[in-house]
Amino acid sequence: MRIAIPKEILPGEKRVAATPHTVLKLRKLGFEVAVQAGAGLNTDLSDSAYQEAGATIVEDVGRLWSESGVILKVRPPLTGGVQGVDETQLLSPGSLLISFVWPAQHRELLDKLAARRVTALAMDCVPRISRAQKMDALSAMANIAGYRSVIEAAQYYPRFFTGQMTAAGKVDPAKVLVIGAGVAGLAAIGAARALGAIVRAFDPRAATRDQVKSMGAEYLELSVHEEGEGKGGYAKEMSDAFLKAEMALFAQQAMEVDVIITTALIPGKPAPKLITAGMVESMKPGSVIVDLAAEQGGNCAMTRSGEVVTHKGVTVVGYTDLPSRVASLSSQLYGATVASLLEEVWKDGAIRIDESDPVVRGAMVTHDGRVTWPPPPLPNPSPAPPPEPGVAVHSGKAETAAAHGGASAGSASAFWIWVVAAVLAGAGIAVAAPPSFVSHFTVFVLACFVGWQVIWNVKPALHTPLMSVTNAISGIILIGGMLQLSGSNAAAILGAIAVLIATINVAGGFLVTQRMLAMFRRNS
Amino acid sequence: MSEELRTSLSNVGYIGAGVLFILSLAGLSRQETARRGNALGIAGMIIALLSTALRAEFSGYLPLMLGLAPGALIGGILARRVQMTSMPQLVAILHSFVGAAAVLVGLATYLGHSKVPPGEQGIHLGEIYVGVCIGAITFTGSVIAFLKLQGTLSGRPLILPARHLLNLLLVAITVGVGIWFFRCSETGTGGLWPLVLAVSIAGILGAHSVMAIGGADMPVVVSMLNSYSGWAAAAAGFMLSNDLLIITGALVGSSGAILSLIMCRGMNRSLVSVILGGFGSGEGASASAGAGPQGEVRSIDVAGAAERLREARSIVIVPGYGLAVAQAQHALSEVVRALQSRGARVRFAIHPVAGRLPGHMNVLLAEADIPYDIVLEMDEINDDMPETDLVLVIGANDIVNPSAAEDPGSPIAGMPVIEVWKAGTVIVMKRGMASGYAGIENPLFFRPNTLLLFGDAKKTVEGLRNALSGE
Repeated sequence: MRIAIPKEILPGEKRVAATPHTVLKLRKLGFEVAVQAGAGLNTDLSDSAYQEAGATIVEDVGRLWSESGVILKVRPPLTGGVQGVDETQLLSPGSLLISFVWPAQHRELLDKLAARRVTALAMDCVPRISRAQKMDALSAMANIAGYRSVIEAAQYYPRFFTGQMTAAGKVDPAKVLVIGAGVAGLAAIGAARALGAIVRAFDPRAATRDQVKSMGAEYLELSVHEEGEGKGGYAKEMSDAFLKAEMALFAQQAMEVDVIITTALIPGKPAPKLITAGMVESMKPGSVIVDLAAEQGGNCAMTRSGEVVTHKGVTVVGYTDLPSRVASLSSQLYGATVASLLEEVWKDGAIRIDESDPVVRGAMVTHDGRVTWPPPPLPNPSPAPPPEPGVAVHSGKAETAAAHGGASAGSASAFWIWVVAAVLAGAGIAVAAPPSFVSHFTVFVLACFVGWQVIWNVKPALHTPLMSVTNAISGIILIGGMLQLSGSNAAAILGAIAVLIATINVAGGFLVTQRMLAMFRRNS
Repeated sequence: MSEELRTSLSNVGYIGAGVLFILSLAGLSRQETARRGNALGIAGMIIALLSTALRAEFSGYLPLMLGLAPGALIGGILARRVQMTSMPQLVAILHSFVGAAAVLVGLATYLGHSKVPPGEQGIHLGEIYVGVCIGAITFTGSVIAFLKLQGTLSGRPLILPARHLLNLLLVAITVGVGIWFFRCSETGTGGLWPLVLAVSIAGILGAHSVMAIGGADMPVVVSMLNSYSGWAAAAAGFMLSNDLLIITGALVGSSGAILSLIMCRGMNRSLVSVILGGFGSGEGASASAGAGPQGEVRSIDVAGAAERLREARSIVIVPGYGLAVAQAQHALSEVVRALQSRGARVRFAIHPVAGRLPGHMNVLLAEADIPYDIVLEMDEINDDMPETDLVLVIGANDIVNPSAAEDPGSPIAGMPVIEVWKAGTVIVMKRGMASGYAGIENPLFFRPNTLLLFGDAKKTVEGLRNALSGE
């Protein structure tokens, strides 16, 4: 079967859906690969490089599309308007298309694809389950966008990111605020840290805190967050108070930081407006905002999608093509994810769409003349569906709290039962047992308590030597054997054997302990 | 010397010996004082021996020598020859000796018990009976534990039908035989046969209850038997009216009980459920098979792992018993030195149930010349995980399983684990994709920051050593 790699026709799109490296992988799977002439020129991939990897170069766009069963693209097929080409009309009926589709924004495109009886797998719809990580093009691109956002910020920021002591004076490091700690946000934190900036990050999901910290950024907290969680609910009233606190935090941070990178997106909705015009104006002149949500309307009020604007001395970068600006790497990673998804449906030398496969079903937006988007909710393999992560934290806490409560209540009543039992046992012994037994029993109980107190102080690292020492001293039973030696013959023989084996214990236990302890040494 | 003086001196000697034993255990609380602790224990034992020999009623010097000399010789040879990986077996077999000695002392005491004042006859018989039974349980239980640890017996739990009922029945029979024993003992030593019968039944009980416990729980079993051996010694003290035996037995008994408790907490299981047995039989695997985590595992080769180690500034190594099985600890020690010489901060994190005995991993690492001050407990190091660049997990599985902390439905939910997944990168050395002792899938392997380094631990660690020191 032949795969077509067309040149992207959207102006400014430099990426390509396969690189010579992924061509090799596709050929290994058993495909022929045809690449449109000049497809990779924008990413410095020459036609000859593709040829070396075993691809054929095709000049004629119509033939490239019509003679291939599989089309791999980056952007959704364009329906007219751009250079007068309608890519959907180039698709041959029954063929397989893998690209970004964004079905929510392109309903008419879905209808057209269905009408052409094309099976379309949308890279942006691959479900985010762990098995599909290698097909997660969104994360791969978000990572690149996050990195590039910092590079763009550095480009427009008229100072160093890193701090320095120079002969000409001290240079303060730039302060960077990253809003949203998803894949892009974390990549931005990493890149900004690597340039030497002081980085702070905010994300309403408390679960991201550890990730933010592990990237070396400071995690900003909201005071209202705690009390909201304390109530245990996700009520509307709370989210109002939360939003207010959030905006207050941003307003305060805007006055302090030099660079803001926003990555806040809500699936299927316009991006939330987090940075108001007033906040932009409160920033120091020369400051930079990079808005990664520009395509969805932007997190900043001043953002203009695809453009760089300057508002009262503050540069607002609204580029929507950040991955394309790192085209070589983007193409390489995107190509790898596309090839992985293709591998999912390529079985025994033919394309087989298995609708029971959650990954394939999730990505499939048209098939067999039908629009198959949105997919049905993921069937859950486990009988008890795991709750939402956020909820899980709560219920988990509640359960442990309940368990703790139960345990402490249980141990309290158990304690009193023990007290009563001890009193009864003590009284019983006093009444029934002869005085000599009572005195031995006193010694026994006291020794148990002493042992209990002493042993808890032993470091876990020394528990094995502790066992071998207690082994040795429990060989004290040898004096029990000794006391029999003066008795009758039978008793003396039994006693002698007891002495023999107890001595093995004493000698073996102490010596092996000595051997072990000699091994422990401090760092010299 | 008058008889009274000898007895008084002997009693004072016993007090001294008891104090020395307590100081000995107290000395073991820190590495700095541990060696002195051991020496104090030896001193206590010598004083106890001399004090007993000094007693007026003692006259058997020749049989004493006949017992002491070969016993010390055998013990010395055992202590010198034993491999550190075989410590659990040694400890188990030594417990069995205490149990056997307790049985013998009990029998011998019974044969010579006519000296007891008439009013205390009943309680004396009871002490003998209880002491002999505890001794027998300790003896056979330890022998089975030894055979299981040695590998002679399979580590799988033996699940007989109605085994709890069987155990109850054995206990009931023991009590019944006890009544018979009392009846026969009213005149002389006629109760010898019931006593021997009780020994056999208690022995069966001990053997059966340890047979039912799976290999994963052996550390708890060994600690439990440690405790039993103490109680056996204490029971012998009661029957001989000897306070030193009582004190020492109580010390050892509490020590073993605490160790069992610590191990059970480490596995988040109750002592009762361990003693009842049946765990580690694969029931857990079938329970979680349906909901097992899936996904892509990412692997790395030795060269790649060495590269990561070179880049990391802060490294934590989590060893499991697999490290010792593969005998990789010496090569690992050289890896640690190579990393330290590059300026990296290398530390070890030890889970309470790593290894086959409480504290076993620490001994194995000490044997490989790894300084003890970089070997930390789980609780000491868990908070540092987020700031750790790289974690190297060697031969461990369940103790780094995130589902214990995150999945309330997991069979090991709530078990304290080393939270390696919070570190920057986790490299897990594994032979294959098999699950751990508990038979539970480990979602750690599918985490995005986890890399699997497949291969035999020894060869892999040696490969790392060569890669790190060969420049």
